[in-house]
Amino acid sequence: MQGYNFAYLDEQTKRMIRRAILKAVAIPGHQIPFASREMPLPYGWGTGGIQVTAAVIGADDVLKVIDQGADDTTNAVSIRGFFARTAGVRTTTKTEEASLIQTRHRIPETPLRADQIIIYQVPMPEPLYKLEPGKAKARRRHALAEYGEMHVKLYEDITRFGRVAVAYDHPVMVNERYLMSPSPIPAYDNPKMHRMAALQLFGAGREKRIYAVPPYTSVRSLDFEDHPFNPGRAAQNCALCGSGESYLDEIIIDDQGGRMFACSDTDYCESRRGGGLCGGGLRGGGRRG
Amino acid sequence: MAYVAVKGGEAAIAAAHAWLAEERRGDPAIPALSVDQIAQQLGRAVDRVMAEGSLYDPDLAARAIQQAQGDLIEAAFLLRAYRTTLPRLIDTDPVATEAMQPRRRISAIFKDMPGGQRLGATTDYTHRLLDFALPDAPPPAREVEAEPANMPRVTDMLGAEALIEPDEQADTAPGDLTMEPLAFPAARDLRLQALARGDEGFMLALGYSTQRGYGNSHPFVGELRVGEVAVSIAPPELGFTIEIGDITVTECQMVNQFGGSKISPPQFTRGYGLCFGHADRRAIAMALVDRAMRAAELGEDVKAPAQDAEFVLAHCDNIEATGFVEHLKLPHHVDFQSELETIRAMRRDANAGL
Repeated sequence: MQGYNFAYLDEQTKRMIRRAILKAVAIPGHQIPFASREMPLPYGWGTGGIQVTAAVIGADDVLKVIDQGADDTTNAVSIRGFFARTAGVRTTTKTEEASLIQTRHRIPETPLRADQIIIYQVPMPEPLYKLEPGKAKARRRHALAEYGEMHVKLYEDITRFGRVAVAYDHPVMVNERYLMSPSPIPAYDNPKMHRMAALQLFGAGREKRIYAVPPYTSVRSLDFEDHPFNPGRAAQNCALCGSGESYLDEIIIDDQGGRMFACSDTDYCESRRGGGLCGGGLRGGGRRG
Repeated sequence: MAYVAVKGGEAAIAAAHAWLAEERRGDPAIPALSVDQIAQQLGRAVDRVMAEGSLYDPDLAARAIQQAQGDLIEAAFLLRAYRTTLPRLIDTDPVATEAMQPRRRISAIFKDMPGGQRLGATTDYTHRLLDFALPDAPPPAREVEAEPANMPRVTDMLGAEALIEPDEQADTAPGDLTMEPLAFPAARDLRLQALARGDEGFMLALGYSTQRGYGNSHPFVGELRVGEVAVSIAPPELGFTIEIGDITVTECQMVNQFGGSKISPPQFTRGYGLCFGHADRRAIAMALVDRAMRAAELGEDVKAPAQDAEFVLAHCDNIEATGFVEHLKLPHHVDFQSELETIRAMRRDANAGL
């Protein structure tokens, strides 16, 4: 695009971000402060993820952007359009074709490969912020690996509700050292992070932090021996492709309480349907066709 | 099918943007605003956008205001997103506000002082009556040849008697919060930088809260001055200083009562405000909040929100704040779905336990 550098950011800024990414990869799960820039999209719209993507993207990359698992949600369309315009790169909706995947709130159902990078948009990088809003104090707890409070919080959930009442952004322990926010992905997605073949990068623009999980790194969701981690999903099959494993969106279809469930990962759902699978449609219940 | 309807799409975005462009222009029968009109006639809005946008350029600020339909936070955001792409060539020398020939210079702590009081163009003593006949061409204001006067800072006069704490002298170059992420505790140079581009409403409310007992510091406006200052750079290859232009700034030196502590004798202490353009409210509020955030350094109890530097600095940037607050309207149905499943399970457990 005229008047702007490749992928919007100037090369000095990209270099600064890459240095932060290298540090982040070297210390899995540790938050690296970086001088986040104002982007032409608002804070909260994924400025951290966009800056990380802008710093690592090359002319040969193929970019996929998803929000809530879908390629066609408004914000995903907007970010994909941003990179198509500023970097002129090829974009795709197919998980297998992408070399870079920027995501908000989901991990694709299709397992990622070692030659792919997934970039998460992160609103609150500090997993302790609800327990300790002060950043200086939270940093000290990370330095001392002092995470007892988080266990106490989960334990209190169990005593009050009989279960851990964290449905998304369930804290994870990375490489058995740093407590990390997986970003607001549903707990269902947490196990996909464990020993993932792809490099996982996390960008928080407003909070000015970058962190990373290198390939094949241990990512353990916090739990207790007698209350194992529970990655929940709706106990339904996708009405479109019939999948009984994928994470489902619940869609209200009328004002009589009617609803249907469909894959949140649109690419996964479409490729299954293209492969001849189908769900039960609005009549509910999935079946293989 | 409903599934398609809840998802967005490129066509919907394009249509929304087209509608926005039409709405921005308004009724085409009414002449369009020009950037010059905004820069000339909405000067206070331009000043605020330059301050919060952190870029001194009245023309660009006026453009941003027009593009943002007068939404000043949106306009500041446009300016910031442009500013961040500009190369940083060199740091300027500190501006010498004491050398300014102010258009406006008032002190609340002395009836008169060397250089005198100058009101300048102010609304301070206007009656706030809506003028239904604001003249297109007001009669010219009376002009008097100004005597170039030496206008020392009022706080320097207090300093001569050692009644006020000395201004800190920094040995190191000031930090730059646009190039390094803010870390806590933050030194005063970075705190002042954050406030200089902080949200005016947020600083106003915090400053106001200190006057109402939440971290009171008994403030007096030692001096408020508005005028043009020269901006100078000293390129290393030249070895001397050159002026590259003038900017308009507002500076507030707040003088605060201080009873002394274990480490300091009783004396007046300082709060400082400096911002682009003519912005009394902004500069005064900034000085109040700056002083409040010095509580810990001066050995005062840190109890009020305005004294909690991390709280103030983490929330004063309205570009960050508006982004995160407004992002709540983005789709969150994946997280909400997981909440639905959890709450259903919890209700099942609770009902089974009854």
